[in-house]
Amino acid sequence: MELLVILAVLAAVTLFVSGPLRRAAPSEPEGDRRIAELEAAREAKYLEIRDAELDHSTGKLSDEDYRVVDRALRSEAIEILHELDRAGGQASNGAGAAVDGR
Amino acid sequence: MAALGRVLLILGLVVALYGIGASLHGARSGQLEWVQSGRRAVYTLAALMTLAFAILEDAFLRSDFSFNVVSSASSTTTPTFYKLAAAWSTQQGSLLLWVFLLSLWSSLILFLTRNRVREIAPYATAVLLGFGAFFVSLTVFFASPFGTTANPPLQGAGLDPLLLHASMMIHPPMLYSGYTLLTIPFAFAVGALVTGRLGNEWIAVTRRFALAAWLVLGIGILLGARWSYTELGWGGYWAWDPVENAALMPWLCVTAFIHSIMIQEKRGMLKIWNVSLILGSSTLAILGTFLVRSGVLDSIHAFGASTLGIPFVILIGAMVAVSIALVTARREVLRSEARLDSLLSREAVFLFQNLVLVAMVAVVFWITFFPLISEAITGTKVSVGPPAFRPFIVPLALVLVALSGIGPLIAWRRVTAANLRRNFTIPVAVGAATCVVLLLASNAAARPFALIMFSLGAFVLASVAQELWRGTAARRASTRDPVPVAFVRLIGRNRRRYGGYIAHAGLAVLLIGVAASSSFAHSRDVILSPGQSAGVGGYQVQYVRPVEHVTNAKVSFGAVLDLSKGGKHVSTLTTTRGFYPAPNDPGLGPISDAFNGQADSNVGLRAGLTRDIWTVVNPDLTPLQSEITAGDRAFLKLMTSLTPAQARQPAVIDWIRYYRAQAIAGLAARYVSHPWPIEFLLIVSPMVTWIWLGALIIAFGGLIALWPIPLRARRRAPARGSARQPAAAPSPPVPVRETVY
Repeated sequence: MELLVILAVLAAVTLFVSGPLRRAAPSEPEGDRRIAELEAAREAKYLEIRDAELDHSTGKLSDEDYRVVDRALRSEAIEILHELDRAGGQASNGAGAAVDGR
Repeated sequence: MAALGRVLLILGLVVALYGIGASLHGARSGQLEWVQSGRRAVYTLAALMTLAFAILEDAFLRSDFSFNVVSSASSTTTPTFYKLAAAWSTQQGSLLLWVFLLSLWSSLILFLTRNRVREIAPYATAVLLGFGAFFVSLTVFFASPFGTTANPPLQGAGLDPLLLHASMMIHPPMLYSGYTLLTIPFAFAVGALVTGRLGNEWIAVTRRFALAAWLVLGIGILLGARWSYTELGWGGYWAWDPVENAALMPWLCVTAFIHSIMIQEKRGMLKIWNVSLILGSSTLAILGTFLVRSGVLDSIHAFGASTLGIPFVILIGAMVAVSIALVTARREVLRSEARLDSLLSREAVFLFQNLVLVAMVAVVFWITFFPLISEAITGTKVSVGPPAFRPFIVPLALVLVALSGIGPLIAWRRVTAANLRRNFTIPVAVGAATCVVLLLASNAAARPFALIMFSLGAFVLASVAQELWRGTAARRASTRDPVPVAFVRLIGRNRRRYGGYIAHAGLAVLLIGVAASSSFAHSRDVILSPGQSAGVGGYQVQYVRPVEHVTNAKVSFGAVLDLSKGGKHVSTLTTTRGFYPAPNDPGLGPISDAFNGQADSNVGLRAGLTRDIWTVVNPDLTPLQSEITAGDRAFLKLMTSLTPAQARQPAVIDWIRYYRAQAIAGLAARYVSHPWPIEFLLIVSPMVTWIWLGALIIAFGGLIALWPIPLRARRRAPARGSARQPAAAPSPPVPVRETVY
């Protein structure tokens, strides 16, 4: 009985692990990787914009400092969005829609 | 079933080795099918280890003493709850638990990232499977949990009585979860270094795993402290034991990491520092595992000397060498993208906090390993204790608490003097007021470090409260929500930030408790007879009467104590000392062996927010010794008078067992009827409860920070000009919808 269980486990493991080798996996376009990287940068930048806004509204950033910081952050965000568009970012929402979060 | 278990382990090793090869081949050739096959190897390893662990747990539950580990760590009288935990009280079972947890977390991260970080993931898979192969090979070649004997004993040795404690059920899995979770960011950091993709991607996918490691490792450490406080009978919660330190070091290191990665995410800075921190954290976690298993340092927690030391030294050496080589090779890519705008910025505070945490790790590491270092140099093992740590750790802890209050009050990138005044006025005033009140109304001046800690703790609590209030007010300004709703939604929408602040408040509460209990405790070691009393910390403790309790598992001798203050009854406490049998000691007689095994303490504790009254009894058995010896002689005489045939008869065996039990019960009754003076340790320790409360608050904050924010909320960037204070100048036109914190 124990031998049968061992053989069944062995067969199941072999079939499962070798499964992908028995069919061709689609290759990943290089562009997708660049988009993934830019999307990670975009998410981080959004978070940073929100944090700066919260810092300003809770009094940790003066109006003047906030203007400088916010302008820099939004410039960086736009640069990332443009890069996303250049990298075929329509697939990843496009600049305006991405910022809208729709 | 043991054979099946062994096959599962061997199969696990083969699958892990195959997966390493498949992942590396797939990564180098770009053939995704090999990468996917490698990932499936991780899932398979998890399934195999789950089955193997289930077989081992089943053997413990069935008290199958043909398994060597079951007969050595469990018995038919071990409660079911503890039979489950007994599996990881053994070297072999705990190694299987390690690889079981590792395979589960590895499967989870690889499933979550199956469509992300595709360049890094195959290398990370190979590293994770490398750890898996290492630990499975230990269970295959060095310490098999499925070793069996052809002649199983009728009864097992039972679980170490010191481990019969609820927190011991959870403490090891928590520590092992922490250690194994740390391998996830380690593996992805290695993958990022190998591929050169050292942006934010690898941090984004592993950040939660690092946070989870920090959380469960912290919970594990605190459960260990609680066990020490209530079970070990020495009255403390932290002894700077090597194994405690082994868990603390990676926790401190990963605490630094979860702060400093924010600087990389926001500013592209500290890349070398961050990869080094996580490589160091994981290496320290393996070092901790090595310390517990190798027996190189004396510790109450260690498994004792074993043959596992050399494989662990090789693994640690490989981790250090690979880490240094990869970081050195990638130093150009790891260069910071920005510089600190100002020393008065949150990133500067984080950086300073990181330096303090790493200094703490260095201190703990040096002093923990000092006995080994001294032995290597002088040939003499110098033992060091808690006093060696305090001169370094106390000032560093004070700076750390101060920074945990300053950080939330300072903005990223830059601040002005006016903002500093606005944000620091109330918290500094609260801290200063606390200091003045304590100086005037207490004897805190006698303990300056404690006084500073109380003041800084108040400063931190005030800064966190101020931040929560101002954030709630800002949210109310934009949503008109009622205060409780705004408060909850503020935290819900900014979990990482406010979860962190709450954890800071918990740290302050915890360290206030540590400072108070370690600086103002009153302790007395007294010998009392029934009716006598002793004073400690303003309380009178009277030894009312002795108590005893005899079971098959142990004999307990104890005392009922009356606690009073100013003549008024406060509480009645009961404390006992349990003596366990030593059945396998041939030098002991049938009665002696009932008292000469392990012993544990049941603490008489009255815990409260302001102070704990902690008592433990340590009865001296010398007055019973003559009767124990007489009993040994009588039973040995009886047993030697039996013929071999008589000695094998079940009725005779039962008869001897019955009278032995009667004799032991008689000795216990004598402890009550003819009591003699016994030793007590009495401790009145202020604010110990704050330590456990602080830990709960830290865990709560950690859980908030760990909980994922819904994708929709995360993607919403704030609108221009909708803040409380309107922006005065136009900014680049980033189109957004709304601002709600």
